[in-house]
Amino acid sequence: MTAYLQSVLGVELGWFVGTLALILLIALPLMLAVAMIIYTDRKIWAAMALRKGPNVVGPFGLLQSFADGLKVFLQETIIPSSANKGLFLLAPILTFTVALLAWAVIPFSEDMVLANINIGLLYILAISSLGVYGVVIAGWASNSKYPFFSAMRAAAQMISYEVSIGFILISVVLFAGTFNLVDIIKSQDGHIFGMVNAYGLNPLLFPMAVMFLIASMAETARHPFDLTEAESELVAGYQTEYSSMAFALFWLGEYANILLMCALNVILFWGGWLPPLNVDWIPWFDIPGIFWLFGKMFVIFFIFSWVMATVPRYRYDQLMRLGWKIFLPVSIFWVVLVSGYLMLTRYG
Amino acid sequence: MQIFAFYLFASIVIASAAFCIFVRNPVHSVLWLILAFFNAAGLMLLVGAEFIAALLVIVYVGAVAVLFLFVVMMLDIDFAELRAGFMKNLPLGLLLALVLMAEIIFGIGAWSAGGMGEATAVVGPQAGGPSNIEALGTLLYTKYVFLFEAAGLVLLVAMVGAIVLTNRKRGGVRVQNIQSQVRRQPEDATRNEQPEVGKGVEL
Repeated sequence: MTAYLQSVLGVELGWFVGTLALILLIALPLMLAVAMIIYTDRKIWAAMALRKGPNVVGPFGLLQSFADGLKVFLQETIIPSSANKGLFLLAPILTFTVALLAWAVIPFSEDMVLANINIGLLYILAISSLGVYGVVIAGWASNSKYPFFSAMRAAAQMISYEVSIGFILISVVLFAGTFNLVDIIKSQDGHIFGMVNAYGLNPLLFPMAVMFLIASMAETARHPFDLTEAESELVAGYQTEYSSMAFALFWLGEYANILLMCALNVILFWGGWLPPLNVDWIPWFDIPGIFWLFGKMFVIFFIFSWVMATVPRYRYDQLMRLGWKIFLPVSIFWVVLVSGYLMLTRYG
Repeated sequence: MQIFAFYLFASIVIASAAFCIFVRNPVHSVLWLILAFFNAAGLMLLVGAEFIAALLVIVYVGAVAVLFLFVVMMLDIDFAELRAGFMKNLPLGLLLALVLMAEIIFGIGAWSAGGMGEATAVVGPQAGGPSNIEALGTLLYTKYVFLFEAAGLVLLVAMVGAIVLTNRKRGGVRVQNIQSQVRRQPEDATRNEQPEVGKGVEL
């Protein structure tokens, strides 16, 4: 598309318009996906609690999220008088923007990727490390004690888990030999003796896949690690003082981040757009890759929801212990193990 | 396009660095610093050093600045006191600024004079050549491997030092014993009794 626009509008302008169109092509369906995934989330919890969940607005309650969005949109934006106004309003915008930014490098199928850069994974690490600022700034700018506690917790929690996520990613990168997300998926094609298309099914990387799933829950401050908005202790955490669209932006950003983490799980460990098994007698290579990607993302999201519906919240010291005393040593050890294995088999 | 991006990033870096110094509130100051880091990463992208740019964001914006913010947020800010220290520290600050400026001028002078062989080589990666990460990796692990290891050792010593300095045993602190908490069974904590009418239960 960009090439066509460049032929019509000239090189520079065509590139600009084409990229803008592609960005909208990712961002707008993403917003729709967020609305639907919130509905899905609520339906799954409801099913696990033997309730019906949202079922009034639209067929099967499908339009519930849109009704909620409209309600929030029509509410008054309340800014506490003692809040730091500029930062108070900046925080939700920042959270939302950062949640969208990372989608630039996510490959939806082999040639459906906005920015196919060779530091894709590092870019995602960099952007996800920005995510903490939205929460921290919100907590500080609210000038209220519960949001502030929440901000402190968020800062500590996200930094702790980013360290071990970094090491987990390194073991994948060692196997793939590249930071480019498209190439990481391609390197999973026919992984174990040409049988499967997923690093997660490699016995050496399976523990990393599990740890990455848990760490991504902690990174998105999702149950059972949602200490930042533990309602029994902190009212609603950093969102306490927010209302109206500012609140909605936090909500959207949070779910966009969760979807991003699902996509990352799928891309790094479960073969992205590739079908799970590398065999020809089932015609599943004919299914477009994007369906595989979305299907796998949905499975991971279901696990997220499932965990939320069943596992009680961690205590703060348990959270820190898990991050620093278990995940960090194990993931460092695994980097050594994986590089040793690769030295023996591939490079030795 | 590149020119436009360069001037955008460069002007934001300079403006936010200036704001970082001049704003009164330390939290705002840290946030301006973060903006400066972020745009410096943008500048590095423009010269083709995308790996360094990503590392700058991950390490400085994602970790170091968060810790800054963490500490600064907990300060009890007294604005009058902040202003009082300004005149006292002015000579030292001016001296530091002078030294830094001299270093930059010397650096530019050395660079424009030709430098030491490699510095005059073509800046930035060539199309079709090894990527940033590969080029840096081969250089770090072959030519500069001892310096690289030495840097690692220095960091290790600093880390151990920091842990030794801050890790002191304090008495009277209640700690969580995770093993005993995990081992605890319902039978250890609960008891099922059927007391007769009028009789209580001994706890």
